[in-house]
Amino acid sequence: MSVKQKIDARGAFCPGPLMELIAMLKLVEVGDEVEVWSSDKGSVKDIPEWVNKVRHETVGITQQEGYWSIVVRKAK
Amino acid sequence: MAKNILIVGGGLAGTIVANGLCRQLREELWSGSVAINMLSATDTHMYQPGLLYVPFGRVREAELFRDQRKVLDRRVSFIVDPAKHIDIDKKAVTTQSGKTHSYDFLVIATGSRIRPDAIPGMAEGGHWFYDLEGARKMREALAKFSGGRVVVNVNVPHKCPVAPLEIVFMLREHLASRGMLDKSEITYTYPIGRLHTLEPVAQWASAEFQRHGIKSEIFFNTKSVDAQGRTVTSEEGTTLPYDLLVTIPPHSGQQVILDSKLGIGGWVPTDRHTLLREGSSNVFVVGDTTNLPISKAGSTAHFEADTIVDNLASLIKEDQWARHYDGKVFCFVETGLNSGTYVWFNYTTPPNPGPPSQMVHWFKLAYNRLYWLSARGLL
Repeated sequence: MSVKQKIDARGAFCPGPLMELIAMLKLVEVGDEVEVWSSDKGSVKDIPEWVNKVRHETVGITQQEGYWSIVVRKAK
Repeated sequence: MAKNILIVGGGLAGTIVANGLCRQLREELWSGSVAINMLSATDTHMYQPGLLYVPFGRVREAELFRDQRKVLDRRVSFIVDPAKHIDIDKKAVTTQSGKTHSYDFLVIATGSRIRPDAIPGMAEGGHWFYDLEGARKMREALAKFSGGRVVVNVNVPHKCPVAPLEIVFMLREHLASRGMLDKSEITYTYPIGRLHTLEPVAQWASAEFQRHGIKSEIFFNTKSVDAQGRTVTSEEGTTLPYDLLVTIPPHSGQQVILDSKLGIGGWVPTDRHTLLREGSSNVFVVGDTTNLPISKAGSTAHFEADTIVDNLASLIKEDQWARHYDGKVFCFVETGLNSGTYVWFNYTTPPNPGPPSQMVHWFKLAYNRLYWLSARGLL
């Protein structure tokens, strides 16, 4: 069963949501999911762009009140 | 029975907490109603940001070190015996020598460590300045370097987030001063789609790179280093040849955190405002050890430590909470060997760095000396 790690990167300017995600993906197993909370709208574009580039998988993007939830699955 | 405060880790964060508590809990320490103990892996305190200058011979190594006992208030019971296991349920920490220390309040300040071993070939093929041995080797490599392709390769997570840019500009000036700039090429790699995670810093760096002819490769997360073939390859599929590889290795938390099962990667889940370990009311986490999505930097450790001192002293003296941490981070940015700027931000205020100047560079040099006052909790 896949595990979901959560990163609350709301209000995080440095290292920022994508860097936090990259670091977390190194720690989880293939098939695990990581959910990132970001208050930076740019993450909606940045994160899927990088995830696509390295061939992981964007599972879903949801707009919440004041932030976005982006779920990524480690694919390799 | 005295209230026992145990600080695990004798780096900047743990030291500021210890010294600050000694000042705020003067009466309690005098009466014996509070005791402060610190466990550390070493009796020496190192000024880590000074390592940046070692490869260029711009600092004497001895200037980076002090006897930790002299940095600490003498009312702190200082024990050189690294923690091996932290048992939150039993409120106890076991050390390498096998002793067990109980606590009423625990401050986890174990910090981070570089992990070049986490990427195949990096330890063999790369140079770095994030520890003394690496900085010494990098100095030797620079002394032998006669020009060629320099790759400055940034990996996540890493502390001191502006240091990778600083080393680029300092390297460039170093090569220029040795007359090697025309036969050298610097390429900087960064994990995300711009030159720095802070957008204003990235914009500034982009213009500076263009002005100085520094190349860059974004979306570059290192997969492996071929030390024989002298190439570095990214997860994204790019391979760069190099003659000198200067890497910012990925970091992890300390083994004691992993062995105690206190957090994935060695980072302890921490409340962003109270700095309490998630699920605990008597365990604070400070500095690089937290899993907070903010910079792992000396200033972060300093501002967090000040917050913990106020709250811990207030809890003991008045049984009340004092204040929240606001996410404040401040970083100097060396923009060459003779100029610098700075950047600060918190959870709600975005960064906005000013133009570089010689004055800020001089202030950073001054801070390199003033650091010891910070560690003593006087600045």
